[in-house]
Amino acid sequence: MSAGNMHIKLKVWRQSNTNTQGRFENYSLDHVSPDMSFLEMFDVLNEQLIETGTEPVAFDHDCREGICGMCSMYINGQPHGPLRGVTTCQLHMRSFKDGDTIVVEPWRAEAFPVIKDLVVDRDAFDRVIAAGGFVSVNTGNAQDANSLPIPKVAADEAFAAAACIGCGACVAACKNASAMLFVSAKISQLALLPQGQAERSIRAEKMVAQMDAEGFGACTNTGACAAECPKEISLENIARMNREYIGAKLSSSAV
Amino acid sequence: MATSSNLDAKIPQGPIETKWSKYKSSVALVNPANKRNLEVIVVGTGLAGASAAATLAEMGYKVKAFCFQDSPRRAHSIAAQGGINAAKNYQNDGDSVYRLFYDTIKGGDYRAREGNVHRLAEVSGNIIDQCVAAGVPFAREYGGLLSNRSFGGTQVQRTFYAAGQTGQQLLLGAYSGLQRQVGMGTVKMYNRHEMLDVVNIDGKCRGIIARNLITGEIERHGAHAVLLCTGGYGNVFYLSTNAMGSNVTAAWKAHKRGAYFGNPCFTQIHPTCIPVSGDHQSKLTLMSESLRNDGRIWVPKQKNDNRPGNEIPEEERDYYLERRYPAFGNLVPRDIASRAAKERCDAGYGVGASKLAVFLDFAAAVERYGKGEANKNNIENPSKEDITVWGKAVVKEKYGNLFDMYKQITGEDPYEVPMRIYPAVHYTMGGLWVDYNLMTTVPGLYALGEANFSDHGANRLGASALMQGLADGYFVIPYTIGSYLAKEIGTGKISTDHPEFVKVEKEVTDRIETLMSIQGKTSPELFHRRLGQIMWDKCGMARNEQGLKEAIVEIRALRKEFWKDVKVMGGKNEFNPELDKAGRVADFIELGELMCIDALTREESCGGHFREEHQTEEGEALRDDENFMFVSAWEHKAEEEWELHKEELIYENIKIAQRSYK
Amino acid sequence: MSWFSQTLTSSIGKKLLMALTGLFLISFLVIHATINAMIFYNDGGETFSHWGHFMGTNPIIRTLEIGLVAGFLIHIIDGLILWKTNRDARPINYAVNNPSANSTWYSRSMGLLGTLLLIFLVIHTSHFWIPNRSNQFATGEELDLYQMMLDIFQNPVVVLIYVLGCISLFWHLLHGFKSAFQSLGLNHVKYNGLISVVGTAFSIVIPILFALMPISIYFGWVY
Repeated sequence: MSAGNMHIKLKVWRQSNTNTQGRFENYSLDHVSPDMSFLEMFDVLNEQLIETGTEPVAFDHDCREGICGMCSMYINGQPHGPLRGVTTCQLHMRSFKDGDTIVVEPWRAEAFPVIKDLVVDRDAFDRVIAAGGFVSVNTGNAQDANSLPIPKVAADEAFAAAACIGCGACVAACKNASAMLFVSAKISQLALLPQGQAERSIRAEKMVAQMDAEGFGACTNTGACAAECPKEISLENIARMNREYIGAKLSSSAV
Repeated sequence: MATSSNLDAKIPQGPIETKWSKYKSSVALVNPANKRNLEVIVVGTGLAGASAAATLAEMGYKVKAFCFQDSPRRAHSIAAQGGINAAKNYQNDGDSVYRLFYDTIKGGDYRAREGNVHRLAEVSGNIIDQCVAAGVPFAREYGGLLSNRSFGGTQVQRTFYAAGQTGQQLLLGAYSGLQRQVGMGTVKMYNRHEMLDVVNIDGKCRGIIARNLITGEIERHGAHAVLLCTGGYGNVFYLSTNAMGSNVTAAWKAHKRGAYFGNPCFTQIHPTCIPVSGDHQSKLTLMSESLRNDGRIWVPKQKNDNRPGNEIPEEERDYYLERRYPAFGNLVPRDIASRAAKERCDAGYGVGASKLAVFLDFAAAVERYGKGEANKNNIENPSKEDITVWGKAVVKEKYGNLFDMYKQITGEDPYEVPMRIYPAVHYTMGGLWVDYNLMTTVPGLYALGEANFSDHGANRLGASALMQGLADGYFVIPYTIGSYLAKEIGTGKISTDHPEFVKVEKEVTDRIETLMSIQGKTSPELFHRRLGQIMWDKCGMARNEQGLKEAIVEIRALRKEFWKDVKVMGGKNEFNPELDKAGRVADFIELGELMCIDALTREESCGGHFREEHQTEEGEALRDDENFMFVSAWEHKAEEEWELHKEELIYENIKIAQRSYK
Repeated sequence: MSWFSQTLTSSIGKKLLMALTGLFLISFLVIHATINAMIFYNDGGETFSHWGHFMGTNPIIRTLEIGLVAGFLIHIIDGLILWKTNRDARPINYAVNNPSANSTWYSRSMGLLGTLLLIFLVIHTSHFWIPNRSNQFATGEELDLYQMMLDIFQNPVVVLIYVLGCISLFWHLLHGFKSAFQSLGLNHVKYNGLISVVGTAFSIVIPILFALMPISIYFGWVY
């Protein structure tokens, strides 16, 4: 077994609940193994806190293999930490140096209120999907799957957009806390596929309206979202969403 | 321990091919006006839960859905990699409903129910249609039609996939359907809510008690039927490929309120996972089964050989799967590959710092592909270096994302040194016992997906879990629930003021109170680790009577210690993951005991259940069809007391045979 | 709200307005820079004044000028509204932030650069455009803009302000040019390279051209 010998200093945001003020607390960890994932390092911290009678740090996490999208830490000024294309749970301590001080904050956005410590409320994303991120097909209505040929290029491109895990790193990274990468990924996926055509206009209109109502910012095209996206969703999707939305507004029958 | 064997699975009469279609056309229906007055609670929003909630809402029922995660999209179905099976026969390679049915029963080592599995195979094609219609971007060929790959335990290509993220794409498809209903107001979604008990009134399930995980508030929710779609319980082993939050609590509470637990000891150990790297390990990560198509598994011939894998010469390597199973080699089924790895490591041939790992080596594949590239490009006498470069490029194209993930987690470059892998708990075939209607032994209480025991027998084939989850949610429950709810149209709204709701709520709050008040010295996490160690050592890949008996004693002691010494920080009326965890660990401890009892009772080896006393001379699993061709369905009687009920398994359409992969 | 105002007040609509007005202003910059570059004929302002007169008196151009003023106003006001919306979207900022890891400083500073340009615009128009148009309005006569330039750019502080204005313009354009295309949805792998090259070239050439004017006059290269 790998004995850990790294020493890590942590500065972690602590906040009891949505309505209270938060503050940073400093912690110090010895015997951190470079093979630990970042969240495992937090497990160790929490065990240490429990031993000393301090309430452990609340943080969201579930699958710990980079796909569920639940983990959400702003580490040293970047969502999911310094590596590209990985979530916090896939970040390992070998990416840090012995003696480093690591600052960990929750996602910061008006639309993502802090629930506790590093845990934020991302229900806004669910509401955006509920506004139109689907194909209205009831169970049992489907035709044979192969009766609908879809060019491989379109299927692959739709898949690349659909790979979004809804973690919110795009919002966290954006200086405007804009959710455009998230919303555009879903709009793109369905706009690229024939199944999505029937509701293409109304989907773009409704999802964008919901996104705005949630209090996310607008897009400045800085590209921070795509750079920090653990699934490397492309900025091209935002351009496509802009086209879809403007096209829908210009042509739809809604007045 | 009392036993009885009169459990009726309510399988329709008639030939297997027509059971389901006849059932569908004769099952009682509920008219649309009545559906509006019938409420259904769905707990869990993975493939089974999301598809069931959305479909029932589309049909007109009033649905409430619950998940403990912050969004229904996070359910652990999302992590499934490989694919989903369906008997479409798009590849014209001789697939059929019967073949899928047959492969599943055989893969399950003849411990699954014929009627359910045949129905699963029948609806498998509809699942693919439904998912495609909902916008799931499956992999496609250049002609625009769907692509298939092959998977373990089958001879046809019937697995549909979306890169290595099939579960994610299917779940997001089901989730989008669910969110559509949420938007329409037909499903009320409760995120960050944990079901803490079921409420039965006059012998029928009438609702649940749930805790709002943000505020800590305890809520009563009434319904005419409750669907548990809460996944498996692999986390009883602490380390598994399950998500950190995956738990048995919902199923366990149902069990303690009268639902029998089926085959709890049937656990799938997946052979190719990234090994444990240290005591800090919190979970294990799977490396897709597809790697075994090109990787060769070996250990050094010498014990305690500490050289890096790439420095051990060919003649000093033991390709033990190829040696033991020449016919199937590295592609033997999961249970066999897992046990063989354990056997070598136990014998002292393991590699890596922990000595609990074997090599999965791509050097041969690199060379083979490299030479293939040279041939393709008509290059004669290519240099060894060139071959390696070309070969690596091919391997990268096929498995690049998995290699990257491996490197990310271990810090080692699998293109240079062989991967280290070791088996890990992955899936639980056991679960709440359900009849053909997916109803548990409590009327009105259903279990879907991995939470039930029904379709995979003693071992699940790859790419079948996604199929079962969606089959249950999209195509089975919408019909079978009608047979129960048709009789409920006169019941009226379920009042949560009923004394039974009050009583169960009090029991829930009392338990939380107790957990909070113990204030001992040990965190729930540490109890969980200790439970996992007992389970893994004594009820893991290989089990024996002595070990299981010891485990039962140890687990009972652990339970007592838990309730004396657990330390739960924080308060009960706030967001408190420690409290959530404590409740789950308490339930895992109780489940662990039952798993060991079940494993002890099943005096045979089958599928993922390997009893060391029951093996052939060559160390292969030895089934006992004479005495154990039944489902063990355990009824909870009291603390440390269960009654075994048996459901005899009758095979009328399949010839029973011993599995051999030599 | 009508669909039209709904569209323009949506987050994407606001970006659309920024992009359209931005591109319009970019087209104005081309004309402005071209005509001003006539001073480099060094013919005592003859060519420059010829075209200046045309721009100042041609009825079509004068009508378009109203559009130009509107373009500026919309770009500025919409920019301020966006700045407010975007700031409100993150009421609490990060204590430690490392945005340079994922984006360029100037793309994140469009509001700041725009404000600097606005200040410059006020100074610049009060030097030339406002006095000239006021005089035209009052007397019907144009001022001698060439001579005004020669006078004003004798002051090194003014020259410095103009050079700083041009530097702000460079950064603003360097992001704004490409960003406008993205906002309009014009992102395609075949043309992204072209947009990027043209955008960068434009952002360099135009501000340099502008900056050379006060510099050349100050140093007496143009007289």
